[in-house]
Amino acid sequence: MDILKFITAGSVDDGKSTLIGRLLYDSDSILADQLEALHSSNRKNDDGSIDLAILTDGLKAEREQGITIDVAYKYFQTEKRKFIIADTPGHIQYTRNMVTGASNANLAIILIDARKGVIEQTIRHSFLVALLGIEQVVVCINKMDMVDYSEDVYNNILKDYNTLAGKVGLKNVHPIPVSALKGDNIVNNSSNMSWYKGESLLHFLETIDVSVDNSTEHARLPIQWVIRPQTDELHDYRGYAGRVSSGSFKVNDKVTVLPSGFKSTITKIELLDKEPEEALAGMSVTVHLKDEIDISRGDLLVNSSYQPEVSQLIEADLCWMDTRALDTSHTYFIQHNSKVTRCKIQETLYKVNINTLEKEQSDDFRLNDIGRIIIKTADPLAFDRYQDNKANGGAIIIDSRTNVTVGAVMLRNVAD
Amino acid sequence: MNKHNQLDYLDELEAEAIHILREVAGQFERPALLFSGGKDSITLVRLAEKAFRPGKFPFPLVHIDTGHNFIETIEYRDAMVKRLGERLIVGNVQDSIDQGKVVEQKGKNASRNALQTVTLLDTIAEHKFDACIGGARRDEEKARSKERIFSVRDEFGQWDPKRQRPELWNIYNGKIHKGENVRVFPISNWTELDVWNYIRREKIELPSIYFAHERDTIVRNGQLMAASPVLNMDKDDIIERRTVRFRTVGDMTCTAAVASDAFLIDDIINEISESKISERGARMDDKVSEAAMEDRKKGGYF
Ligand SMILES: Nc1nc2c(ncn2[C@@H]2O[C@H](COP(=O)(O)OP(=O)(O)O)[C@@H](O)[C@H]2O)c(=O)[nH]1
Ligand SMILES: [Mg+2]
Repeated sequence: MDILKFITAGSVDDGKSTLIGRLLYDSDSILADQLEALHSSNRKNDDGSIDLAILTDGLKAEREQGITIDVAYKYFQTEKRKFIIADTPGHIQYTRNMVTGASNANLAIILIDARKGVIEQTIRHSFLVALLGIEQVVVCINKMDMVDYSEDVYNNILKDYNTLAGKVGLKNVHPIPVSALKGDNIVNNSSNMSWYKGESLLHFLETIDVSVDNSTEHARLPIQWVIRPQTDELHDYRGYAGRVSSGSFKVNDKVTVLPSGFKSTITKIELLDKEPEEALAGMSVTVHLKDEIDISRGDLLVNSSYQPEVSQLIEADLCWMDTRALDTSHTYFIQHNSKVTRCKIQETLYKVNINTLEKEQSDDFRLNDIGRIIIKTADPLAFDRYQDNKANGGAIIIDSRTNVTVGAVMLRNVAD
Repeated sequence: MNKHNQLDYLDELEAEAIHILREVAGQFERPALLFSGGKDSITLVRLAEKAFRPGKFPFPLVHIDTGHNFIETIEYRDAMVKRLGERLIVGNVQDSIDQGKVVEQKGKNASRNALQTVTLLDTIAEHKFDACIGGARRDEEKARSKERIFSVRDEFGQWDPKRQRPELWNIYNGKIHKGENVRVFPISNWTELDVWNYIRREKIELPSIYFAHERDTIVRNGQLMAASPVLNMDKDDIIERRTVRFRTVGDMTCTAAVASDAFLIDDIINEISESKISERGARMDDKVSEAAMEDRKKGGYF
């Protein structure tokens, strides 16, 4: 059994929390004491039925204001799959929290209120989902019960959405008309919309293919820790520990350490008392090399035949996530995998107005602004283009004054 | 491009947790692993073996001992530390009481559970720990479901839920100022059932109280509690011998038992799969209010 990680995105009140509550409720994933708390809560729907949104709004401030501020993670499983849901906030000022949730998702559910159609937030969220490279998108046209389950309404919204998807570059878009509140097309196909011939949401989530890239072309292992017991019997033991971020490595593979460029051959792959022949994407392992070369935390091990870019001057997309604006004269830290080095934002190329998708000339990057920049790093980074290999193309910017994570960076190419 | 299926879910969860533990080792100078004696922290120890063997752990194990622990937990802890050959540091709530830093609660519902926070913060300060690894999971409770994997606490141990750092991909920012520290939760994404399935797969030994056994019990506030002098029992408390087990092992004063015939791990996994009560439903400390956990976390609790 594998795990599908997905986010729910959409504007405030589009029904994200209700949809998640419905998925949990109808798939029998809510436990009795939680259910009891749900029934005894005084937050109820207008018709007196229980408010499923309470299941995800976990903070006091969220319950008080009736909104989602930060990502809530929820877990459920069916016979086919395990699911990790990140319920992300819809308000523009919490975009950074949405980005946090989206960065680890294989799939995004974008909700649209059938009465409102495609609105500003739909554009923004779709843009972010494309920027973060989430491969699969389910567009749930919600609250169909409030538009008489009308096929025309659905088709009109769909037409608008497809135009948007084309503009932001989303490829795999799967539309489903639903009512999160009433449960239509969530777990079972709804008799209220017999015109809809597609799958129910849950069935779709259970069966969509989100396999990972295990090709040798992308074999990347960021070294996190060097294991050197230095005891009498393990005097010469030297294991390089890390998690394969993409691709796969086998014993006898020729590998290169970056940025130094030293070459060697894998002699052994270990996981405690096991010695697998192959380390696949996602596995945490310890590898041994034939030669004694200088490797430490922050280095990247790659297959010698397929090397990533190595550079100190990189063009990238930036999502700014701090209330203090970007300062092009300030020296920040950049963290890419296990490597941390100093950096400057050398140049800002443009900013995207994420409500209209227009590009603007500006170096004024404030909270939740997104655009293209050129970054200069103190040490070279060994990276892949984010849109080709998320695992080795994402990095964060840390403000050295506050230690806070202030930017998300999607690396693109060596700048010239 | 040649694509394979994803890892099995237990392998994926395991790999993620090992990655997080190694990030702690790589990023902090004085980390510690908070060991409660419960199944979650026992799982963490197993994951630490996978992350760092044949080397030593790059951190000591730290146990905050309320003095009201189940004897089985303490015996298990000591045997485990001996087998591992790792360092154990114990912070005693009794010491905090003796030093007058906290006052023992009185009456029938007295518990040392709330007092542990002070002992924990003192232990962190005394040893200058900059990162504390814990076995909390996001499926346990609503406030926890919102917490980052690297969760920064200020000088007073406080969690500020409205000002959490963004946490992207699997890049964890462990940079902090002096006095701050980070609570790290490697098994954030595991469910209770995942932990049990992992324990079964890895054949990890557990304290005996997790399995059904006979013991003297009383009923308190509608819940089964182990009969013990630490519960301030009186003549109204009727002691009855029952076959029970515990789903969490915390302080005896706030950890309820469940009637159970689950003598083996397979029985437990069946019981949990079918059970309709969440694990924290058996913790009296969470019942106080809807925001009980959030409030305690803001005050420095794990
Ligand atoms: N009629 C109707 N109301 C819905 C539906 N889904 C959600 N709602 C209501 O819309 C409101 C906002 O829902 P909520 O889940 O909190 O939205 P969120 O802000 O996106 O998380 C609540 O009053 C819900 O009961 C639906 O399918 N039909
Ligand atoms: Mg919500």
